[in-house]
Parts: sequence; C-alpha cells; structure tokens
Amino acid sequence: MSVRSAAAPRSRLVQAAIDAAIAGIVTLGLGFPLLALRTEQDVRNDLVLQPRWSWCLAAALLVASARLASGLVDDRHRRLLAIAGAWIAAWGSFHVFLGDPAQAGAAIAGILGGLALVAATVAIDRRAAVTAIAPANQSVATPDRGNATPLSSHPLLPLAGVAALALFPLVVLRLLGPQGSLKWINNYGIQILIYVMLGWGLNIVVGLAGLLDLGYVAFYAVGAYSYALLSTTFGLSFWICLPLAGLLAVCLGVILGFPVLRLRGDYLAIVTLAFGEIIRLVLINWTDLSNGPSGISSIPRVTFFGIPFVDGEGGFASRFGLEFSPIQRTIFLFWLILALALLTNAVTLRLRRLPIGRAWEALREDEIACRSLGIDTVTTKLTAFALGAMFGGFAGAFFAVRQNFVSPESFTFIESATILAIVVLGGMGSQIGVALAAVAMIGGTELLRELDFLKRIFGDGFDPAQYRMLIFGLSMVAMMIWRPRGLVSTRTPTIARGERRAVSGSLVKEGHG
Amino acid sequence: MGNFLQQLINGLTLGAIYGLIAIGYTMVFGIIGMINFAHGDVFMLSAFISLILFLALTGLAGVTSVPFAFLLVLLASMALTALWSWTIERIAYRPLRGSFRLAPLISAIGVSIFLSNFVQLVQGPRNKPLPPLFTELLRFDVNGYEVTLAYKQLLIMGVTAGLLLVFWYVVSRTPLGRAQRACEQDRRMAALLGVDVDRTISLTFVMGAALAAVAGTLYIIYYGVVNFADGFLPGVKAFTAAVLGGIGSLPGAVIGGLLIGLIETFWSAYFSTDYKDVAAFSILAITLIFRPSGLLGRPDVEKV
Repeated sequence: MSVRSAAAPRSRLVQAAIDAAIAGIVTLGLGFPLLALRTEQDVRNDLVLQPRWSWCLAAALLVASARLASGLVDDRHRRLLAIAGAWIAAWGSFHVFLGDPAQAGAAIAGILGGLALVAATVAIDRRAAVTAIAPANQSVATPDRGNATPLSSHPLLPLAGVAALALFPLVVLRLLGPQGSLKWINNYGIQILIYVMLGWGLNIVVGLAGLLDLGYVAFYAVGAYSYALLSTTFGLSFWICLPLAGLLAVCLGVILGFPVLRLRGDYLAIVTLAFGEIIRLVLINWTDLSNGPSGISSIPRVTFFGIPFVDGEGGFASRFGLEFSPIQRTIFLFWLILALALLTNAVTLRLRRLPIGRAWEALREDEIACRSLGIDTVTTKLTAFALGAMFGGFAGAFFAVRQNFVSPESFTFIESATILAIVVLGGMGSQIGVALAAVAMIGGTELLRELDFLKRIFGDGFDPAQYRMLIFGLSMVAMMIWRPRGLVSTRTPTIARGERRAVSGSLVKEGHG
Repeated sequence: MGNFLQQLINGLTLGAIYGLIAIGYTMVFGIIGMINFAHGDVFMLSAFISLILFLALTGLAGVTSVPFAFLLVLLASMALTALWSWTIERIAYRPLRGSFRLAPLISAIGVSIFLSNFVQLVQGPRNKPLPPLFTELLRFDVNGYEVTLAYKQLLIMGVTAGLLLVFWYVVSRTPLGRAQRACEQDRRMAALLGVDVDRTISLTFVMGAALAAVAGTLYIIYYGVVNFADGFLPGVKAFTAAVLGGIGSLPGAVIGGLLIGLIETFWSAYFSTDYKDVAAFSILAITLIFRPSGLLGRPDVEKV
C-alpha cells in the first residue's frame, strides 16, 4: 500500500499517514456490508439488518493505527511494540468517540499511554537506525547453524523426551487429581498426539516422497470406519481390528494411488482432494453400510488387552487391585496413542536408512534423475502412499475407539488441510518439527477455549473459542509469509559424505508430486 | 422430451454460474500457476455482500424497483468483492511470489478457512434467506409436458452472456488483456518489456473476483439462500469445470462450467440426487487422470 512519488520524497511521517489512511479506507470498504450490517431473522423469519457501524469503524481504526505505527518503525520486534501502543491509543480514542462517561478516565489514560509507547518506540528505533549504520556489515553475516549440534541429535535427548511424555499423565494426575487432569490428558495430550501421528504419517508422503496429498483424511476415515464396523458387526477386538484397519487403508491407498501417481504437483493435490471428498460423500450416502450422516455409535471401548475398564468384578481396577476411576482408561488411551505415534516415527526413521527411504528422498529431489538411474518411480511412490495410508488407518482406528462414535462429519476437508498445515508448518521432512507444529496448532487452538480473562476486556459476549478457526486460518497465512520453511528450518540429510551436518531447509526440494 | 428440455434449462443456468466462477480459477492459474483455493469462498463472500446490499437497498434505503436494485447491487458487489480479492492477493499471495511451490497453496487454504469463519462469525451460522425476486415464469407445452422457464433463469443466462462478452473484449482487445496474455506466456520477458507484472496479476485477481461476484449475486437470487459454508462445493465444482475445459483456457472455463452444470442436473434428474457431488468429484479425478490438459487446454510440456 505504498504510494511513493519518485519526484519529491515525502517525509516519513506524511508517507506513513498516507499509507495508514489508505489502509483504513480499504478496511472500511471491506467491512462495510459484512461488518457494519448484520443479518438477523426476525419473528416472521424474514431477514432484517442490524446496523453495527461501530464494528466497522473499530476495524478500520485498528488497521490504520497498526499501519501508521509500523510505517514509522523499522525493526521487526519494535514494530510489534509500536503496533501494541497504537492499538491501546486507538482503543482509548474509540471509547472517547462512543462517549461512554464511565470509562472516560481509562480511555484518556489509554490514549496518552499508547501514544507515549509509540513515541518512545519510534525514538528508540531512530537512534538504533543511526548507530546501526557502522556495524551493519557485520550483522549481515547469518549465524552458521550448520556447525552447531542440532538439538535433536544428542543421543539421550529423544529418550528423555519420550520418558517425560510417558510420565506426563501420571504427573498431571498426581498434581491435579482425577477431575482436573482429565482435560489435560484428553484434550491436550491425546488430541495433540493423534495429530502428531497423523502429521508423521503424512510426512512420509509429503515430506519424504514429495507427493502433495490433500485427501489424507480419507485413510483416517477408512481406519475409523473399519474399526467401527468390524467391532460392531463381528465383535472383533481392538487389537485384531487395528492391523485390519491399517491393511484396509493400505488397500485403498494402493487402489487410489495407482491411477493418480503419474500426475504431478498441484494436479495430484486436487485429485487426492477429490478422492478424499468422494470417500466422505460415499460414507454419507451409502446408508446400508455406514448408517449415513448419523454415523455409528456405541462402538466398543478400548480394553487392557482384553480386560475391560469397568467398575466391579473382572474390571481392570479390581484385577490389578486399584481403585476404579474412569481416568485409567484415558491414561491407557494416552499411552496407546503415544506408542502408535512412536511406532510411526521409528518406522519412518528406519525406512529413511533403507534403500526405499533413500529412493523416496531422491524422488523428491529429482524425479528425472531417479528414472534415469533405474529407480522404479511407480513402486516407490506407491509404497510411500501406502505406508502413509497405513498410519492414517491406525490413527483412524484409534480415533474410533477413543470417541466410541464415528460420523462423516469428522472427516471433512478441513481435517486434511489441518494435517497438511502441520506437516508444512513443522518444516516438511523434519520429524521433530512436525511434532512441534502439532503442539502449536492443536494445543494453541485448544488453549483458546481457556482464555476466559479476555471476557473481562471485551465483555461477556466474547467467546474466544469462536475465533479458533479464524486464527487458525490467519496463522497459516502468517507462517507462510514469515517462516515458509517451517518451525524447524534445518534438515539433517539421511546420507552424507563424511560428517553429517544440518543444512538449511531451503536446500531441500519439495518434490513435484 | 419435455423433461429433458426442462433439465437442459436448469443445467444451463447452473452451468452459467459455475462458468463465471471457473474463469477466476483459470485466469489465476494461467498467470501465476497457482490454484486459488480461496476463490470459492470469495464467491460465498460476494453472495453475502449482495444479500446484505439487497436488504439495505430495499429495506433501509427504500428502493422499490427490483431491476434497478439488482443493477446497483450487482455493481456494488462486484466492486466490493474485487476489493476483497485485491487485498487478499496483496497480503496473502504477493509476499509469497518466488517462495517455494507449496507456499501459495497453503496460504490460499488458510485464506479460505479464514473467510468462511469470518463470515460465520460476523453474520452468524444460520442459513440466510432472501425474499424471492423475479418470480414470474414462462410456460411452454412440449408434448403434454409443461416446461417452465423462470425469469431469473433468463436473467442469469442473459447477464452471464453479456458479461462474458465484456470480459472477452477486455482480455482480447485492450492493453490490459495484452499484458495479461504476455504475463501468462512468460512473466520475466513481459517484465523486461515494460509490463507491470505485479499490477497485471492484481488486476487478474480483481477481474476473477468481479466475475465471482456476478456469480454470487445470481446465486443468491436463484437459490434465495446462502450459508457461510457454501463456498466450498461450488468452488470445487467450478474448479472441476476449469480443469475439464482445460485450465488456463478462458473459453474452456465457460464450456467446462456449462458441462458440469448439465452433468450435475441430468445426473440428479435421471440417476440420484444423493451422488451428484460424487459425480462432480469423479469427473474431476477422471479428467485429471486421463486428460490433464482438459478439452481445450494445451498439453503441459516438460522441459529438462
């Protein structure tokens, strides 16, 4: 939004003000019908419009003040500070504008404080800009990450991490008691670990083999429905269904993969998306098999290798001389998904050292070179696709046994997009990065449910959980702009001449499908 | 025969809407090789904008003439949707030019999630109905079967045909269209010859969004109801249309749109309504597998 005239360079303040005014006007235009006029059904079920001009004005004010502040400050971190100051001032002036006498004092204090913060930041930034000219040449040199030992390469560190994770439910249980710990083990622990496992599974396809799969949720769905149907109709136990679910997902992966895998890049992404949606629509419409949109309920719960988690005789608690508590099943589920996720990780790490894993990575780097070296690209791609599908199927079976209920609604495109976002945000191909991204994305959105203190700032009608997906979408865009190579931006190549060193993620290709 | 004719009319109407959306996909893919995943949601957004403007004009401003209100709403919705699309391109796609290949796709998926949730948040999750407009019907008798042609179907086909003509003129006869075609063939060469590539790409997004806004306005008039989640399916179907016609080809997008509309309508009429979306997705998969260049597209030549 920079309007610069080449002839007469304007002063910085004027330029920033012009940019801010343009940004504000654009925001007014964007917000005008959608923000300013809300549609509501009245008693006769007709739509009526409720004017809400203050929302539109507030949005424009926020954007314009942020634009003004960031136009005045060069440094990225100080810029955030200046924007915060500008927003406080904007919030204050907005309250003055509304003419709310009860909050007039706070509003004026907000204006003054915010403006002071902006002015201080700008002053510091100017001084830093002057002093930074001399040593600028030295600071350009980027820190050489290649020589530093990457965090993940210390031999004991992964073990310690796994041990800490395995002890996590017990520690939480001791600290918070059965009632308080359920949320942490279930909503955070299990939920995040499911996505870690899905991310690692998809990482084989996208990160290693470089095949862009937008329909990964299809295999998740097949795994979930496999367990649901096999256990409810044939009464098979979870431990028999788990490999069967994986096997069925592999079959589907091979059937879908075979015609699809000669496509490249975006086309492959779209065809996999189409297949993912077809599977979901079939699940909705094939009522005889899947019970349609209402889904399958009362799926048998998980057992401790045959011993059910129930109160009374023969249950897990009485068999092991413990006091019965439903949290025992949750903790077992936690360990189960942890084990499944670690299995995915172990298989991936092992396969990367085998010829097939090297072939995947080689395929991602240069498909034509692979073909000329005699690598069978079809088989190589198909194994990656099938293996990723298998882990998706396992995760699906776990999902079904955890929820006791499956319906097509759980397997929408948004799920696929979420898993892909986790893989990309983690840094494609980096195992630890994928895990971190899953924690950030899933844990972060779960955390939004907790932010009750925001109600005190924005009023009681404000529900932070509503903004979950909004922030999720925005953060996908923001991550692509600021860290397109993911949270972990270095990769350790599987094979190297001499010493293995971490290299920048931007040296790793992403494959052409 | 009568039923066939009726379905033909319905299918062409639906196809016109898909075709208008498909042009946005195909133009953006042609010029920067990116699948603009958020385009379906831009279409949904425009339907909401049109709905609100209609209510504002007829309710608050007291405009009584429906055709006049329609014209105003159409133009305003085109302008506002274009502004949205311009902003999206500016914030979410332009910084990623030259980034790795997946980045714009992920960003577009993020924008798509943002837009649908934004609309849900500010306008509520319920279906939003519009009072019926242009309710008159033309009736014909074909071998004892009554075929109806609604005025709004005529309106949709007429507006679509007219705008396609304008659009065709812009792309093939104006300096802007020439710059667009130049960027499509070779962006770097076009830049060297003095074409402002960034501006041309922005205008491509703007034009695509304006046509999607026309589709959105016609959609809300035709169906009379819109929901925040209504961007995804029409978006995928329009994308299917673009692929079927040959992605990058403008006449292909229109032909593909009409074909998808006809296939969907006839499928629902003669087979089953349950699987009509499966039909659209299957066509997408089959086209990409067996004829990725579509009906009118150029085959993709791979250079080593």
